[in-house]
Amino acid sequence: MTTLFVIAGYLGLLVALGFFSNRLFRGTSKDYFVASHSIGPFLLLMSVFGTTMTAFALVGSTGKSFERGIGTYGLMASISGLVHAAIFFLIGIRLWAFGKKHGFITQIQFFRARFESDSIGYLLFPILVLLVIPYLLIGIIGAGKTIEPVTAGAFPALFTNPTAPQWLGGVPPWLTGLVVSLVVLSYVFMGGSRGAAFANTFQTIVFMIMGLVAFTFIINALGGINNAGNVPARINEKDLIVQDYRFDKKEGILKENNPPKPIGRVVESESSNLTNKQPHFWREPVVAEFKKKNPKTGELVPFERELGIPFITFVTYLFIPLSVGMFPHLFQHWLTARSAKSFRLTVIAHPLCIMIVWVPCVLVGAWASGVLPPGIPPPAVLSEMLNLLVGDPILIGLLTAGVLAAIMSSLDSQFLCLGTIFTNDIVIHRSGPNKYSDKQIIFIARCFIVVIVGLTYGLAMLAKDANVFDLAIWCFSGFSALFPVIFAALYWKRTTKEGAIASIIAALVTWLYYFHKSGYGGEYMVGPGIVPAAICFAVSAIILVLISLVTKPPSKETLNKFFPSKSEL
Amino acid sequence: MKRKFIWILFLLLFLLHQDFWWWENADLILGFMPVGLAYHAAFSIACACLGGLAIKYAWPNDLEEFAEEER
Repeated sequence: MTTLFVIAGYLGLLVALGFFSNRLFRGTSKDYFVASHSIGPFLLLMSVFGTTMTAFALVGSTGKSFERGIGTYGLMASISGLVHAAIFFLIGIRLWAFGKKHGFITQIQFFRARFESDSIGYLLFPILVLLVIPYLLIGIIGAGKTIEPVTAGAFPALFTNPTAPQWLGGVPPWLTGLVVSLVVLSYVFMGGSRGAAFANTFQTIVFMIMGLVAFTFIINALGGINNAGNVPARINEKDLIVQDYRFDKKEGILKENNPPKPIGRVVESESSNLTNKQPHFWREPVVAEFKKKNPKTGELVPFERELGIPFITFVTYLFIPLSVGMFPHLFQHWLTARSAKSFRLTVIAHPLCIMIVWVPCVLVGAWASGVLPPGIPPPAVLSEMLNLLVGDPILIGLLTAGVLAAIMSSLDSQFLCLGTIFTNDIVIHRSGPNKYSDKQIIFIARCFIVVIVGLTYGLAMLAKDANVFDLAIWCFSGFSALFPVIFAALYWKRTTKEGAIASIIAALVTWLYYFHKSGYGGEYMVGPGIVPAAICFAVSAIILVLISLVTKPPSKETLNKFFPSKSEL
Repeated sequence: MKRKFIWILFLLLFLLHQDFWWWENADLILGFMPVGLAYHAAFSIACACLGGLAIKYAWPNDLEEFAEEER
C-alpha cells in the first residue's frame, strides 16, 4: 500500500508539472508544437534521451538479458551509442536547419517540400501512425507489467484475477495503463512540446537516479559486487542448468542452494565445453529447455529458449537503431532546439547516458536468471527483482516511479507528435493556413491527441501479453526501413519523388510481410538469424536508387533550396 | 582531411563493435562485469569521444549560418 502511495505521489507531481508548463505556454501553435525553438542543450539532451529510452530500455532490456544474457547490450545499446549520435550529427542538425529556415514543424512538411509532392504526405501519415502505435503500446503494456508485481497483496479483495497467481491483489494492468495514459495526456494537453520537454527532463533525471539506486540495492542484496557475478544460472557437468543461490525474503539474505537447484537442461549447443559456464554471461547460443507453471491449471509446461545471440543476428541488428532518423517524435524534438549548438551535448552525452541506464539493467537481467523462476514473463523481471531483493516499500515505490518515468517520457512525445502531424499535415494542409486561428489549431491537436490516447489504450489492452522488447523491435524495424528516404532526401540530389514513394511502399510491404510472419509482434529471424529490418532496409534502399535513376530529377529551385552551396556537409 | 579522419574512426568503431573474438568468453572483469559487457561499455565511451572529435573537427558551421540568415 505504501508503495502505491509513493507511485501515486509521483504521478501527482507530474500533473503539477503540467500545470507549471501551462503557465509558461505562450498560447501560439508554434509554441505548442516546437516550443518556439527555445530549448537549450541540457533540456534537448534530456528530452531526446528520455524519448528514445522507454519501457524498452528498462523493462525490455532487463527482460531480454534474462532471456538471452549480456549480448543484449551490444545488440542494442552500444551500437545505438554509435548510430544514434551519428544520426543526430548528420541528420538531426541538418533537419533542424531546414526546419528553422523554411518553417517546417513536421517531417511530412519537409518531405512534401523536398519531393515537391502532396501525395507523399498522405502516404506517409498513416504509415507513421501505424509505426508509432506499437511504440506507444509498449509503454502502456510495460507500465502495467511493472506495477502489478510490486503492488501484489495491496488489494486482495478488490483485484482477484491477477496475471500470475503470486500477484493477487496487485493493481491490474488495465488500471495502470489507464492512469498512466491520463497523466501523460494531462501534461501534454496543457503544456504541449514545452511541457513534454520539462516533463521529459524531470523524468529522465528521475529514472537515471532511481536506476542507479535500484542497482546498488540489488547488488547489496546479492551479497555485494563480487558475489553478484556468481549468482546467474550455471550449466553443470550433466548439462543441467542450475541455480546455486536463492534469496530468502524473510531473512533478507542470499542463501546457497545445496545441492544446486536444477531449473532446465541444455538441448543444443555448438560449444564443446559448457560445464560451469554461466550462459547469461557470454553470447554463444545455447538452446535450453525450461518449465513454467500454467497459471490456470498449476501444471508444469516445458518450453524452449535460446540463450546467447547468433553472430549474424548481432551484426544485422545494426539496422535497428537507424530508426531514430525517421522517428517523427524525435524530429519534433530536434526542431525545438534553440540553435545547432544545442545538439553538441546530445551528440557527446547520448552514448554515455545509454551506458548508464543499460549496463545496470542488463546485469540485473543476467543476475535474475540465478534467483527467479525461468518461466517468469520477461517484462516482469525488473519489478520481480525489486520486489524480491529490495524490501522497503517506500524504496520500491520510488524505484517503480523511476520505471514509470522512463515509460512516460516517451509516451508524451509520441502522443504530442501524432497530434502535431495530424493537425499540420492533414487538417491545416487541406484547409490552408488561414482558415483556423492559433487557438483552433491547438484545440484540433489536443482533440486528436485524446483520440490517439484512447485508441492506444484500447489496443494495449488487447495486446497486453506482448513481449515489450520484441514489439519495440518491430516498431524500430519499420522506421529503419524508411531510413533510406530521409538519408537520400538530405544527401542525394538525384532522389526523386517517385523514388521516395516507391521506397516507402517497398518498406511498408516488406515490413508487413515479416510482421505477419512473426505472428504480429513475436521474435522473428530470417534464415540463419538475419533481422527483418536489414532486409526491409535493403529492399527500400535498392528501390529508391533504381526508381530515382529512371525518373525525372527534382527541379533546380528545389535543389537550390535543399542543397545550399554554402553548406559544408 | 579531418572529416575523412572522423569517418575512418567511425568505420573503425563499427568494425570493433563486432567483437566475435570474445563471443565464448564469460570471464569477469573486476569480479562482477562479464568481459563482453565491459568491452561494450568501453565502446560506448569511445562513441562519446568520437562525438566530441566530430564536433571539434567536423562541425557544420555553414549550415548553422544558413539556418539563421534571412529570418
